[in-house]
Amino acid sequence: MSRRAPVAALLAGAALLALGGCAQDLPASSGSAAPSSSPTLTGSITVDAAASLNRVLPALARSFEQEHPGTTVTFGFGGSSALAAAIVSGAPVDVFVAASTTTMRTVSDASLTAAEPVVVARNRLEIAVPKGNPGKVTGLRDFGDAAKTVVVCAKEVPCGVAATQVFALAGVTPRPDSYEPDVTSVLTKVAGDNADAGLVYATDVRSAGSTVEGIPFPEAGKAITDYPIAALKGSKNPALAAAWVDWVRAHESDLQAAGFLAAQ
Amino acid sequence: MRRSRRDPLARIPRAVLVPAALALLLLVGPLVALLVKAPWAQLPALLGGGTVLPALGLSLGTAAASTGCCVVLGVPLAVVLSAVDGWPSPLRRLARALVTTPLVLPPVVGGVALLLLLGRVGLLGAPMFQAFGFQLPYTTAAVVVAQTFVGLPFLVLGVEGALRGVDRRFAVAATTLGAGPWTRFVRVTLPLAAPGVAAGAVLAFARAIGEFGATVTFAGSLPRITQTLPVAAYLALNSDPDAAIAISVVLVVVALVVLVALRDRWLQGLAR
Amino acid sequence: MNGALDAALRVARGDFVLDAALAVPAGRVVALMGRNGAGKSTAVGAIGGLVPLDSGRVVLDGAVLEDVETGRWTAPEHRAVGVVQQQAALFPHLDVRDNVAFGLRTGGLGRRAARERADALLADAGLGEFRDRRPAQLSGGQAARVALVRTLAREPALVLLDEPLAAIDAELRPGLRDAVRAQLAAFHGSALLVTHDVRDAEALADQVVVLDAGRVVQRGPLAALRAAPADPVVAALVSS
Repeated sequence: MSRRAPVAALLAGAALLALGGCAQDLPASSGSAAPSSSPTLTGSITVDAAASLNRVLPALARSFEQEHPGTTVTFGFGGSSALAAAIVSGAPVDVFVAASTTTMRTVSDASLTAAEPVVVARNRLEIAVPKGNPGKVTGLRDFGDAAKTVVVCAKEVPCGVAATQVFALAGVTPRPDSYEPDVTSVLTKVAGDNADAGLVYATDVRSAGSTVEGIPFPEAGKAITDYPIAALKGSKNPALAAAWVDWVRAHESDLQAAGFLAAQ
Repeated sequence: MRRSRRDPLARIPRAVLVPAALALLLLVGPLVALLVKAPWAQLPALLGGGTVLPALGLSLGTAAASTGCCVVLGVPLAVVLSAVDGWPSPLRRLARALVTTPLVLPPVVGGVALLLLLGRVGLLGAPMFQAFGFQLPYTTAAVVVAQTFVGLPFLVLGVEGALRGVDRRFAVAATTLGAGPWTRFVRVTLPLAAPGVAAGAVLAFARAIGEFGATVTFAGSLPRITQTLPVAAYLALNSDPDAAIAISVVLVVVALVVLVALRDRWLQGLAR
Repeated sequence: MNGALDAALRVARGDFVLDAALAVPAGRVVALMGRNGAGKSTAVGAIGGLVPLDSGRVVLDGAVLEDVETGRWTAPEHRAVGVVQQQAALFPHLDVRDNVAFGLRTGGLGRRAARERADALLADAGLGEFRDRRPAQLSGGQAARVALVRTLAREPALVLLDEPLAAIDAELRPGLRDAVRAQLAAFHGSALLVTHDVRDAEALADQVVVLDAGRVVQRGPLAALRAAPADPVVAALVSS
């Protein structure tokens, strides 16, 4: 039997894959450019955006594409920090929407933004509980109850930072069973009734539909998450990228309809 | 022939060498990049933060435990699969496909599937939770279960291939020397398949120590309990990419050391 | 218990049908001869219990090992039948001593007793110096002799030898034949020796059975077959 050396390399590959984080769709090539109201706008752009925007932004993109035939907007959704890290490493992205001003700053500090980032929406935390609230959770205090199964975001990601703030404000020492890597992961555990409660954004509770119930709490108002948007310098289609940013800013009401708070 | 004896590469067709070199580049290149980009100067500070060492210990412990589970459960399954040549072919193909499925399943999906089975409202988990108030998720045992789930196919397929590769003459010889099925298996077939078992165990260990998706979904991420090294690396990536690279370097180095050391020992020990 | 075999074998494998009555008198060596594909190995497998019969029976020293009609069947590991395969099939992960001890241990001896007995048997066969070697370190002839010692160590009533010398270089065969004859001479049971080489039959067998296309075409002492071969196939096989 010959020995097989590449095992370790295989392992390393798996480890790197795990770090890869965000998957992005390749931009679909648009077909023949039909005449439109803005003849200069054509082609496609890629937008990287925080995972919590993964329902509302594609809806906005559809109306944008109808308004400007011949254009295509594709998305890469993921944790803001991971997306920012990919952009700083040179990912070919035209527009970035982060779920944290701090995270956006890592991109603008690297001089990669084409214009000053603008906050288009804000979000606040809410307690998510499984349908029917089997753990009889009533407020933040339950996150300090060791008998209850509760999950929160890890402090390395924006929703975890916000969670740390609200716990401090409420004077609660949380005893979570897990620090999840992103808000989707928290929601998965709550929605599947594998946790009595989790801390997520209010918009996540809404988008999860009937599988989870939301419990608002007063401290959430003091730990608001901002969603800044910015076109990026590396864009191959700066006109379309700028037009898309303008479109989102002009339709902030759509974001509010999805449960986000107004920017100001 | 004289030349080929001196240089083993000369016996390989030239056309093979180019893709082989590309494959090697693809395998080793990312590793080299990781090592080149690693913030070596800050490495001690980055790793001394109090999260890495517990995560490392947890990773080694759970990977070893899950490799053990893979061997204990997987070798018997491989024996059954290697012996089902008599089954009708669709059934046989189905059995093999079922064993292979966890390989093609995205690990996160695997984690969700484990929750649906073993979570506190899962098919098996719900009765367990109602009877004993015990839930598997968020425990170290859940990490081992997730790693075993993703590692088992590597072991089963490897061992099954090895078992099939054992010459039937030896089983016949054992039989005619008075050995029943158990003696034949333990004293002849299994020792002859030992290199395959070792190789399968190495792959299962490698898969387990790098496991991320199924672990974080099924077991969660709590320092010292369920937060393994890959999970720690992923979390660090969000706030401090340098720390993530540092952790990855540790993961790669530790895995290399363990694999190189264990592989030889297992092979010698099992194949004697 | 000295190996009187009485077998009626019928095995159908696609186009090929083995349909042969074979008998080995107690304590005798019978050579089973035939061309390639005559059914010799199938016959050996059927007697050993490795190939299931479609009909017929195998009786050894009055005990019915297999009878399709009554459904009676003794598993191969429980038959007093030893088999030496074409290639010696020594276990590559065990040394020569443990190869010989293997069958002694399945017979109930402890590890230590089995090894001592194996050493003694190897010494008797003139193979003592090889006892610590792995099979890979033996020549073909040495391996064949060890395989015979291993099989005979269990003291079966009947030993089936399936072309034990076929894989050996021609110039080494005469010496090996003598060694095998010595080993069989010290053995109290009977033997069925499969071969297509008449010199094996000449040196080792008391009687010859010729098989062709799955059927027995002639049986008797070698001299009788040579004097009056039943057909050209027999004539070709037994001519020296």
